[in-house]
Order: sequence, then structure tokens, then C-alpha cells
Amino acid sequence: MDLSVFVVSAAICLVGALGVVLARNPVHSALMLVMTLFGIAVLFVAQEAHFLAAVQVIVYAGAIVVLFLFVIMLLGVDRAQSLELDAMPIQKWAAVVFGAGSLVVVVALARAVDHPVTGEAAVGGAIDGTTPDVRLLARSLFSDYVYAFELTSLLLVVAVIGAVVLARKPKRVEQ
Amino acid sequence: MPEVTTGWYLVLGAALFIIGGVGLLVRRNPLVMLMCVELMLNGVNLSFVAFSRALGDIGGQTVVFFVLVVAAAEVVVGLGLVVAILRRRPGATADDLASLKG
Repeated sequence: MDLSVFVVSAAICLVGALGVVLARNPVHSALMLVMTLFGIAVLFVAQEAHFLAAVQVIVYAGAIVVLFLFVIMLLGVDRAQSLELDAMPIQKWAAVVFGAGSLVVVVALARAVDHPVTGEAAVGGAIDGTTPDVRLLARSLFSDYVYAFELTSLLLVVAVIGAVVLARKPKRVEQ
Repeated sequence: MPEVTTGWYLVLGAALFIIGGVGLLVRRNPLVMLMCVELMLNGVNLSFVAFSRALGDIGGQTVVFFVLVVAAAEVVVGLGLVVAILRRRPGATADDLASLKG
């Protein structure tokens, strides 16, 4: 059961990722990204990170990708970009070789180290299967990481102001 | 029936990261490049949650929470930049945006 969930979700994620990279039309890339994000959310649920799965769907798939689609439609770049994949064929092949090599290295590492548990005590909240992950996450966020939390709220305000400033139409200077 | 261990999730996270990285290097459309960055961040998120579960520590999930917030802020600003640039130079790709001159 676990295995089938993982295999199906992994297939969804990988197909979506390849779709993002290989699709010609940016709208197709965005939709493939949604597929990947849903696959990741399922994997989060499989690892008992339920709150993060919900947040992933709401924030990533529901807000970020929608923002991408807004901008694509606003700028009218959804008409196919047939020429922009042809940047220096040697660069394409170098990137693919590099990617394949990195994947081989990672798989070799993962097979060599399949016991990542060090035996150290949990620093943050200890996941023991009884406390819901939302409660542990809330405790950790508002006690250990409260400064980072406040700083992220500041970051969000700055990002909103920045977006408003950047997207403003430039003022026409009267001659 | 093989059991799904942490290593499987880590390899999948790394695969997503690598696919996103290769996409970032190969594609020239700024919007698709930003989507590839999101792919990389998702790969990293998956690795963090896998480790969080393996080590029994909620810290990994807290980091993922922050990564989500920062990714949202980064996408907002990045898309604002893309809108500002592509309004001036429609059809520009990452290769055309080679100088800081607007």
C-alpha cells in the first residue's frame, strides 16, 4: 500500500517535472507544475506531514501557480515559444549530462547511506506519533523559531510593496 | 515487497532538484526558469520532510514552512520583475537581458 502510493506519486512528480522543463508552451509548463505539486502533497501525506500537505496545495498550487498563470496571460507569452529552446545545443547536452551524472551520484549516496538516524535527541518537537503534527509545528514555530516567523511576516510585506512598485506603469514625463 | 525507506524519498527529492536545475540551465524563457526554481524548492522540501520523519524531529517541517513562505515572496517579486521587464521589451529571453540597462 505504501509502496503503491509512493510509486504512483513519484511517477506523477517526475512526469510533471519533465513536463515543466520540456513543454514548449509556458501554460503547459505551469499545468505540469501543478501536477508535480499535487504529487508532492500526496507524498507529504504519506509521510504524515498533513498540515504541510494542505499548505502546499493551498499556497503553492493554489496561489503561486495561479500567479504564474495570471502573469503569463497578462503578458501574452502563452503563444508558443518555439525558438527559445534552441540556445546553443552544446549547452543543452552539457546540462543533460550534468543532470544525469548528478542523479547517479545521488543514487549511489542514497544506497550507501540508508540509515540516516544518528541517535541524537530531537532538537525541536519530537515526532512520536501521538501528538498531531500541526500541534508540534505550532509549538516549534512560536517558541523556537518565533524570530524567524516575525521576519517572514516582514518579508511578505516587503514583497507585496515591491511587487506593487515593480508592476506600476512608468510615469510619462511631460515635455 | 520492498519497504519504502527514507532513501527513496531523498532520491526522488534529488531527482526533482536535478530536473529543475537542468531546466533552469536549458530554458531561456524567464517564466519557465522561475517555475524550474520552484521545482528545485519542492525537491528540497521533500528531502526536509523525509529527514524530519526519519529523525523524529519537527524541525524539518518547520524549515519547509519557511521555505514555502520565502518561495511565495520570491515568486511575487520575481513575477513583478518579469512583468516590468517584458512590458518594455516584449519577447525578451534570459539571453537578451544581459545588461543592467533598462
